[in-house]
Amino acid sequence: MKLLVTFSRKGGHEPVIARTVKETGVLINVERAHIDSHAGEVLIDVPAESAETVCRSMVGAGANVKVLEDAVVRDENECIDCGACISVCPQDVFFLDENWHLQLHVERCVLCGKCVVACPHNALSILE
Amino acid sequence: MQKSIGLINERIRDGNARVVSAEEMPDIVQELGEEGALEEVDVVTTGTFGAMCSSGAFFNFGHADPPIRMERIWLNDVEAYAGIASVDAYLGAASDSDTQGMEYGGAHVLEDLVAGSPVELRALSRGTDCYPRKTITTELYLEDMNHAIMCNPRNAFQRYAAATNTSERTLHTYMGTLLPHGGNISFSGAGSLSPLANDPHLRVIGSGVPIFLCGARGMVVGEGTQSSPGSGFGNLMTTGDLKEMSHDFLRAATFTGYGATLYVGVGIPLPVVDIGVVRSTAVRDEDISTPIVDYGVPRRDRPTVRTVTYQDLKSGFIEIGGEEIRTSSLSSFRKARDVAGELKRWIESGQMLLSMPTRTLDATRTVHPIRETAQAPRVKEIMEKNVVSIAEDEEIRTAAKNLLRGETNHLPVLNGEGKLVGIVTTYDISKAVVRPDSGPRVRDIMTRKVIKTSPDEPVDIAARKLEQHNISALPVVDDADRLLGMLTAIDLGKLFGGRWRR
Repeated sequence: MKLLVTFSRKGGHEPVIARTVKETGVLINVERAHIDSHAGEVLIDVPAESAETVCRSMVGAGANVKVLEDAVVRDENECIDCGACISVCPQDVFFLDENWHLQLHVERCVLCGKCVVACPHNALSILE
Repeated sequence: MQKSIGLINERIRDGNARVVSAEEMPDIVQELGEEGALEEVDVVTTGTFGAMCSSGAFFNFGHADPPIRMERIWLNDVEAYAGIASVDAYLGAASDSDTQGMEYGGAHVLEDLVAGSPVELRALSRGTDCYPRKTITTELYLEDMNHAIMCNPRNAFQRYAAATNTSERTLHTYMGTLLPHGGNISFSGAGSLSPLANDPHLRVIGSGVPIFLCGARGMVVGEGTQSSPGSGFGNLMTTGDLKEMSHDFLRAATFTGYGATLYVGVGIPLPVVDIGVVRSTAVRDEDISTPIVDYGVPRRDRPTVRTVTYQDLKSGFIEIGGEEIRTSSLSSFRKARDVAGELKRWIESGQMLLSMPTRTLDATRTVHPIRETAQAPRVKEIMEKNVVSIAEDEEIRTAAKNLLRGETNHLPVLNGEGKLVGIVTTYDISKAVVRPDSGPRVRDIMTRKVIKTSPDEPVDIAARKLEQHNISALPVVDDADRLLGMLTAIDLGKLFGGRWRR
């Protein structure tokens, strides 16, 4: 399950993720992170059954946690099934099926946006 | 045995022709043998659907009242070529919009027209006795034009070189997004379904041959510009009526950082007149090889990383240096199949008859690079050769002195053997003054990852390095990393004042 963790760094540099891993013993996969001097936003992937435990620990450390259900959206009227997106995606979201139609594993998407830039047909978008 | 085109057309008219796609043909030849396939199959349909920048259309808008001799013409702010009589224009697919840049181009205008949307025509003239009017702005639908004739100078390449990028940054090219460090491979073309891949010796494809062009019944004009069938990179000039085209087979696109382009669907039906055609249409993806070229090298002659087949490319992964690299196609194989399938239906239902070329094309033709009467300037011609440098074990204070003495902001750092190992700028010195605990020596504060150039590198490429890395000087080194000079933004100014001025 994908969780979007946001936290302020104004009150100090609390190691939110490391603390949660240590506290809960859940292995956290960091898919995407953006941290500057004021705030941090980290997209993590955790096993669905541990999501609640992880959430509770992170909220305890002062972070906000949101379950992320969004993923890249494909406009089927614009997509021509070329596959330009396939090799630029770090998460293996896209593949061509046996009939050369483009298919998506949307649950793998971490909203990095690389495919949006790579799509020649403006068929991919991320709603954030 | 031979089969005449007359007999094939008679079978098409009677609805008895056996039409197969180029994907089906290899198995048929394997099963029936060459003679058997020649007897059995009358027509092989091919298809491709991909980015073909060298496309566009001629328009005749009709005369206005009072009349105008249109000298500059824009369609939805995309400029069209107007140097062809008074109310005519040629709109190239790769032309960018004056107002929206590369997000909207000639290709998008063509797509909008074919999709039934109106476009704004804007034209200027100096005014003449016979054409007094100076400006016109009007809204036009495709059906309002007298003529809208697609004429594409260069379509349906036999194959395309695939692309990768070993440089350290992401490249945005006409071969799509190329990840750094050879992170992906992109390719184009339908492989064994491509028209010219099924007739590489140009025996049945030539001038006047009927084709499928973006859903319309089109025609091969002849050899395409830059066609090089002698080196396996042949292409065709094609034409067809834009008014008959379908949005399903004509799509505008933009390659980020490159520009607008048109996705064109082209299919050619090949008459199976003899064993030669049977053999050439039995081609499979594994028979068509193409190089993977390194776009990380910004030169015309880019190094080939590996030669692969279309079967390899379509498999999704290519092995390079022990690593599995993912591939991406820029053209749509699903659409290429649709083109070949549609063409097959046309012929089976008697809507298209075939013909042999009215003029055959030269299959041995090759092309060469441009003749340059002046070589593009090289770094060694404008670099500063008197360079103040410093040894890595000197004190920071000495570096500061040298910077002052050289009246420069950049100090190349050399090791004991005289090789370039770093660079120190006035910024690095200032930092060292503020944070003295970093260490007393030049090596403690220098930047070790130096962006550099070589004496024979074209200045344009060196200038792009300065721009991309947001820096103002490049050390010039030889093959052994020995310092030869510096190239600064100031040196680039020499190009505009001196002997290179044009």
